[in-house]
Amino acid sequence: MFSLESGSGFWNPILWALIVFIAFIFLYGIRGFGKSAYKKGTEQTKVFLSGNQEGSPMDMQVKASNLYWGFTSSMKTLYTGLRKLHNGNTSDYILWFVLVLAVLFIIIGVM
Amino acid sequence: MTLLETLISQSPALIIAVPLFSAFLIPLVSRINAKLRNIFAVVMLGFTGCLIGLLASDVIVHGPLIYIFGAKNLSVPLVRILFEVDSMSIFMAIITVMLAGIAVIYSWSFMSEQDGLDKYYTLLLLVVTSALGMELTGDIFNFFVFLEISCIASCALIAFWISEGEALEAAFKYIVVSAVGALFVLFAIGILYAQYNALNIATLAHMLQFSFLDKIVLVLLLVVLGMKAGLAPMHMWLPDSYGRAPPSVTLIIMSATLASLYGVLRVVFTVYGNVLTTSMRFDLPLHVLVGWILIVLAIVSILIGVIMAFIQTDLLRLIGYAAIAEVGYIFLAMGTAIAALGTPYGAIALQGGVLHLLNDALDIGLLFLVAGAIYYVTKKRSLDEIGGLARTMKYTTVFFIIGLLAVAGMPPLNGFASKFLIYESVYRLNPILSIVALLCSILMLAIFIKVLYAAFLGPELPALKDAREAPKSMLLAMGILAGMAVLIGLFPNLFLDTIIKPAADALLNHAQYISTVVGGI
Repeated sequence: MFSLESGSGFWNPILWALIVFIAFIFLYGIRGFGKSAYKKGTEQTKVFLSGNQEGSPMDMQVKASNLYWGFTSSMKTLYTGLRKLHNGNTSDYILWFVLVLAVLFIIIGVM
Repeated sequence: MTLLETLISQSPALIIAVPLFSAFLIPLVSRINAKLRNIFAVVMLGFTGCLIGLLASDVIVHGPLIYIFGAKNLSVPLVRILFEVDSMSIFMAIITVMLAGIAVIYSWSFMSEQDGLDKYYTLLLLVVTSALGMELTGDIFNFFVFLEISCIASCALIAFWISEGEALEAAFKYIVVSAVGALFVLFAIGILYAQYNALNIATLAHMLQFSFLDKIVLVLLLVVLGMKAGLAPMHMWLPDSYGRAPPSVTLIIMSATLASLYGVLRVVFTVYGNVLTTSMRFDLPLHVLVGWILIVLAIVSILIGVIMAFIQTDLLRLIGYAAIAEVGYIFLAMGTAIAALGTPYGAIALQGGVLHLLNDALDIGLLFLVAGAIYYVTKKRSLDEIGGLARTMKYTTVFFIIGLLAVAGMPPLNGFASKFLIYESVYRLNPILSIVALLCSILMLAIFIKVLYAAFLGPELPALKDAREAPKSMLLAMGILAGMAVLIGLFPNLFLDTIIKPAADALLNHAQYISTVVGGI
């Protein structure tokens, strides 16, 4: 009843949730063996930046446009091409529509 | 005939009439009291939802139901408009009315400080009416009329924040693309009418010869409705419109977009259902050709959707690109179902695609509402200008996490259930397609983890010190969508057995759809 069959496999979310729940209990148990040395509001909880002063929140936050910089930088060529395609020009939107229409006319018409 | 039976038999017309008349009553009710207008919109949509529920219970058990406007019985020649409701169309109507109801609840607070709300609700209900009309009609010209209403009303809604110049630009682009598309649909309908002297979908499906002109019609309808559904490379209007419309409006435009997607399915599975096995050149059956065309366009949509979403910093545009990728997943499943027609995994792909249609509406809808809540609180769109919102927007953060996990297809949420069916069945057709789809899902997770980090985590920004949690009605709307995402994720079979399988079977069993009308003449 709870098992989703795909013809070649199955997925049971209830079973999955049960296993994850048991895993969490197990992890909680392991956590209990740790030292409770954490003291809130002391030097212990301050950010350590190799001895440098912590900056203002605005300076400390990594901006969304900087996230995954390596990924987007390594794919610069692809992104340059895609940005050119997404130029916001309405005529180009229609051009793509006509282009797809023409290609499909040829494929289905000829076949 | 009992009252209930009468109500069911009249419900196809009432489902259109109630939101339509409510749309034009809204300005009058609005004059009495703004609160009353909000309640009126929800009550009318609730009533429409009840009618859809009643009709669904009948259609799923007894098969397609027809409603003839202005006559009791079918007669030759079939010139009257008729609605034909099967499990697929009623499934789409359920999604539409659900999204509309949630959008109206969300709008209570989100739009409360705006002017011209009587027009806003009127337009909103008109889009709902048109989407429902497209889904329930059995007449292809009638489908075109509702498509046009949907285009015009959606355009006005996209431009609702007219003080922002970009909203007007987005609306202009939307109407240009929609008008060009609608003209081609009209041209296609003209070709069909010239050949068969009929506009009824079932009659056309029965008479279709698959001539050269029919091939042209197939291409026209596939491309136009695919463009309206947001299929790449004709997707560019979608991030513009979704990114500039108020998020509550985006939810409604999404229902119109999904109605176009439904149009593609109705054209391929029903109108061309009888000729799908026709052999073309090199003994290639039509269904394999059409299936692979949809698969190629779907893969392009998924890739462009995730790659472009990666570099977006405007949250609404980012979700817009993610929506394109999600549409790609639906088309990937549909393409597989068409290419592998008659195989067991083809049927599973179709079920996965239909389930993903519902999940797309829930997950992308939820993310748009969260983005709307962030905009409502901070008045900022750029991810670069926000951060640390989890401190003050605890519930919104939880809803966003549910949305991100669901849209990325992470277990145990709803997105995983449908993507599981899609991956497994697509793998049987071609493993590479399944691997590409899976990798793009991982990229999707990375994209929304970026949003989670940028918007909700990190230090508290001085500019957002006064940020507070979103109002209750917005939380309620987001909560309903998040709750449904969890519910479908934990109990997918509950939905699969009751609404998904009957909807998928209705598409495959086009003979029943045709015989309900053709057999009745």
